[in-house]
Amino acid sequence: MRLSSKVTTLLILAAVIAIAPVFFPSSYYFRVGSLIFVNGLAVTGLVILIGYAGQISLGHAGFAGIGAYACALAPVHLGLHPALAALLGALLSAAIAYLVGRPILRLKGYYLAVASLGFGILVSMVLSNEAQLTGGPDGMAVPELGLRAVLKAIGIDLSNTEFWYAFSGLVLVIGAWLALNLYHSPTGRALRALHGSEVAARTVGVDVAHYKLVAFVISAVYASVSGSLLALQNKFITPDVAGFMHSIEMVTMTVLGGAGSVLGAILGAAILTTLPQVLTIFQEYEQLMLGLVMMLVMIFMREGLLPSIARRIRGRAE
Amino acid sequence: MSLLQIEGLGIDFGGLRAVNDVGFSLKPGEIVSVIGPNGAGKTTLFNMISGVYAPARGRVVLDGEDVTRMPPHLLARRGLSRTFQNLQIFQSMSVLENAVAGHHLHERGSVFADLFSLPAARRRSKASEDSARALLDRVGLGRAAEQEASSLSYGALKRLEIARALALKPRVLLLDEPAAGCNAVETEEIDHLIAQVAAEGVSILLVEHDMKMVMRISNHIVVLDHGEKIAEGEPTAISRNPRVVEAYLGVQATEAKHVDR
Repeated sequence: MRLSSKVTTLLILAAVIAIAPVFFPSSYYFRVGSLIFVNGLAVTGLVILIGYAGQISLGHAGFAGIGAYACALAPVHLGLHPALAALLGALLSAAIAYLVGRPILRLKGYYLAVASLGFGILVSMVLSNEAQLTGGPDGMAVPELGLRAVLKAIGIDLSNTEFWYAFSGLVLVIGAWLALNLYHSPTGRALRALHGSEVAARTVGVDVAHYKLVAFVISAVYASVSGSLLALQNKFITPDVAGFMHSIEMVTMTVLGGAGSVLGAILGAAILTTLPQVLTIFQEYEQLMLGLVMMLVMIFMREGLLPSIARRIRGRAE
Repeated sequence: MSLLQIEGLGIDFGGLRAVNDVGFSLKPGEIVSVIGPNGAGKTTLFNMISGVYAPARGRVVLDGEDVTRMPPHLLARRGLSRTFQNLQIFQSMSVLENAVAGHHLHERGSVFADLFSLPAARRRSKASEDSARALLDRVGLGRAAEQEASSLSYGALKRLEIARALALKPRVLLLDEPAAGCNAVETEEIDHLIAQVAAEGVSILLVEHDMKMVMRISNHIVVLDHGEKIAEGEPTAISRNPRVVEAYLGVQATEAKHVDR
């Protein structure tokens, strides 16, 4: 039963990604789709941190920034292929998450929130101020990944937007698979145990500080890869990727969709990525409506959209 | 030789001597109960022994090693496990997962194996799940395995905590009011369970308000009052000790005499 919930989630996700393009009226929707997947990936990492381990971070855009700028800088300065640059960014993010996480994960609740916020701000300041290296607030160009050309050579000819839709979708499915594997694993249980009761987790032998750090590092790698994908598909990057707003967006997507559920959080990413565009029909009231929707969801669906809806359907079925 | 030795343990909370100069020892397979009126410092004593609080004075020695102020997860590795008076259940997990989580020390491995669900990780999960099911059967919760833990009754959650603590395969088990909130039948089941576990060589330190149960199963009783040890000895001796009767048993004294062995 537990295993099937993992397979079901992956099947639903893969099916939606594969079938949705049938209904796309224009290539613009491929672009929106790939943005959803990029956000979905970062949010899946936050499910591990927030949903599994019960820790908060308001600075994860900092890791997205590291991943994004690694793809911009490493090819130019180190001569790395962009794919290797993304890998380097992920390793760097993991290392920085380890160093930053050790001291700040001793903090709880809003203390941790503020400390992580500080980290995010620090990264975006560095990216903005080191203008010689990063182009400052104006941003900088990112080289082509080159995978599309390879695919074309073997006979798979995709447009740029189609390619990024498929590629980010694939990475998202892999990310979701890893996160779901983790959920049912000994590590996942340790994370959920310390979320449920730290003192009880300790008494069954869970090294709480270590496992919080594990969740922090893994979620940082997700954010970093998400930032790399964004940079590579936009072929341009600005410090906004590491900005405060981006961190807040990530957490909002996660919590709104359902921090305890990978699929829920991805749904949250989909809604908050598309909603602002749907709400443009309200014209100047767009932001107002967005805020209202978010408040109503949190008031009436405390666990987030998907878990709340699932619970109601199950309740009705019984 | 004693497995767990407590020497002159004490802690203060804001000038108040919550526990002072308490000492006793446990041999393998022995059941020692700590009794005393509410506020006598029983749970505080448990928290110091299990590493949740850092004692200000005294020593805790486990199998010859000084483990005073050692964090709980390291004590767990040395075979010391406990349950809680105010339940500490992993609420968002199923009953089975709670019991599986107790196997942490036996099932933990590489994070990469867990992320990629490698055969090694699946094997570890499977082994702890099998063991968890057996433990749930043992505490009478086998049929509730798939339920959400939050749906269980108070008494059932107490037993779930015992199953989770047993999952560590402990050498010393601290049980804080395991029979609280249980009916007579459940209390008797817990009673048997504790005796069985002790018979396997596990030392048990028990805090319990059910005097009948304490008198029946304890090898040795330690009496606390106002954070100090006022008496210790065999159940029969304790129930006749005038100081204990005065300080604690009071109205229950007649009841205690009835169960004299």
